[in-house]
Amino acid sequence: MDKILVGLKRVVDYNVRVRVKSDGSGVETDGVKMSINPFDEIALEEALRIRDRGEAREVVVVSIGPSDAQQQLRTGLAMGADRAILVETSSAPDPLTGARILLEMVNREKPDLVILGKQAIDNDNSQTGQMLAALWGRPQATFASKLALDGTKATVTREVDSGLELLEVDLPAVVTVDLRMNEPRYVKLPDIMKAKKKPLDQIALASLGISTGAVASVTAFEPPQQRQKGVMVSDVAGLVAAMKDKGLL
Amino acid sequence: MVKVLVIAEHDGKRLNASTAKCVACAAAIPGADIHVAVLGENGERVAREATSLAGISKVIQIDNAANAYPVAAVLAPQIAKLAAAYTHILGPSTTFGRDLMPRVAALLNVNQISDIMQVLGSHTFKRPIYAGNAIVTVEAPAGHPVVGTVRMASYRGVDNTGKAATERASIGVELPKHTRFISLQAGKSDRPDLQTASRVVSGGRALGSSENFGIIFRLADAIGAAVGASRAAVDAGFVPNEMQVGQTGKIIAPELYIAIGISGAIQHLTGIKDARTIVAINKDGDAPIFEVADFGLVGDLFKLVPELEQALKS
Repeated sequence: MDKILVGLKRVVDYNVRVRVKSDGSGVETDGVKMSINPFDEIALEEALRIRDRGEAREVVVVSIGPSDAQQQLRTGLAMGADRAILVETSSAPDPLTGARILLEMVNREKPDLVILGKQAIDNDNSQTGQMLAALWGRPQATFASKLALDGTKATVTREVDSGLELLEVDLPAVVTVDLRMNEPRYVKLPDIMKAKKKPLDQIALASLGISTGAVASVTAFEPPQQRQKGVMVSDVAGLVAAMKDKGLL
Repeated sequence: MVKVLVIAEHDGKRLNASTAKCVACAAAIPGADIHVAVLGENGERVAREATSLAGISKVIQIDNAANAYPVAAVLAPQIAKLAAAYTHILGPSTTFGRDLMPRVAALLNVNQISDIMQVLGSHTFKRPIYAGNAIVTVEAPAGHPVVGTVRMASYRGVDNTGKAATERASIGVELPKHTRFISLQAGKSDRPDLQTASRVVSGGRALGSSENFGIIFRLADAIGAAVGASRAAVDAGFVPNEMQVGQTGKIIAPELYIAIGISGAIQHLTGIKDARTIVAINKDGDAPIFEVADFGLVGDLFKLVPELEQALKS
């Protein structure tokens, strides 16, 4: 195949314990470490492996977000992507707008395969890939743990609630990846130097002529209810007694 | 007029327990008239089961050979067409609903409200973000259909005292052939279903091997519990993926959750924080699981778990 398009979202690093601001106006993101959404990193790794096996010619990474998202695209280029596109927006858009922007990128780049993370770990929406597939009128294979290409088709193993599902899709298609698909490579210093010379195009959202339409608005943020720390028991007899006391047995 | 269409999840034979939970969520929308859509190859048996869901007024049975197995690209255009008569379309936040519903939403030109945990009004909902570290109130735009998925751990299913009628329908819409179901490799188990069990016993990396996981199964069997696992245990290959509990696995809310050899990564805690009672057994007294456990026991799980099994059996 010729080309694989991969989406990279800039999100709060997964190691950061996110907190709601005391005035309930949002979550604390000032000075917090930002990274590539971990699922998107797995998506890119899979695309790179396909290319490095000789089954694809080029891997293009796309991000939608503020100018700072260039950092995540540079990381993607350092991992091995061939080129990058940033669609610049003031903040990350809602999933449907994101899918429309990706569709425009698909129409321009004409990839044979789009690989995305199954969800972004900030808003946990898990919508963009499915929406892109719907708007594009192409197959979707979500929550993938294995991907095998065969000419004009792909066979995808999906992690579903009851086990593992095998789905066959015609290409082009959208695949969203789950955690167990692969383990992303570490970036080495020489690759970071090389990545600085790779092309990174910036496109203003306004130039795409995409309207955002009716969007759900977030009207309040609150911290979740916290569980209280319970009691420690010293042995199995104590545990069984405590459970009986609470009417659990 | 609030008209809610709930998309039934089923395996062709039985209704999944997720559907009763979606109906419970739908019933929380003020003034809702609730219909349940069963899309299948021959959905008669499932539709009949659905008619007893309390609080619904109608079951719509849509039979089509293409619906033999739920493929999102095939189901979505049918649901989008049905949706014209409804203000709300709800599905479960299971892998079935999370795959399907955003595709429906995109065809209807709206965003989806993912993981509804509380209904505050016809267009106002609460949902978790950042792995449950924040809860947001979301207002869906007025004048557009609301498409949502229902967070399973937040609802108890409605009971089966209903007596709704079934209506057969056919939907004239072209279905794509570009996506084909090949097979489902499902774990066979006589144990209770992880997502609906009232008791769950989970094991973590500390079990060390697939064979050692046997002590978790034996403890679970002693109290009639389902078996789960941490991501670390699944990644290590001790047990299959469908047993994973946590942010990226199953989010559950049993009456009793027993975590064994699980340190309690935030992603795991996300999956269990709605459990009524959490019991933890771990050799490390500083493990974060003890911060959320109602009862904690520090020690060697290979000694304590068989002891507990014996105590609970007798």
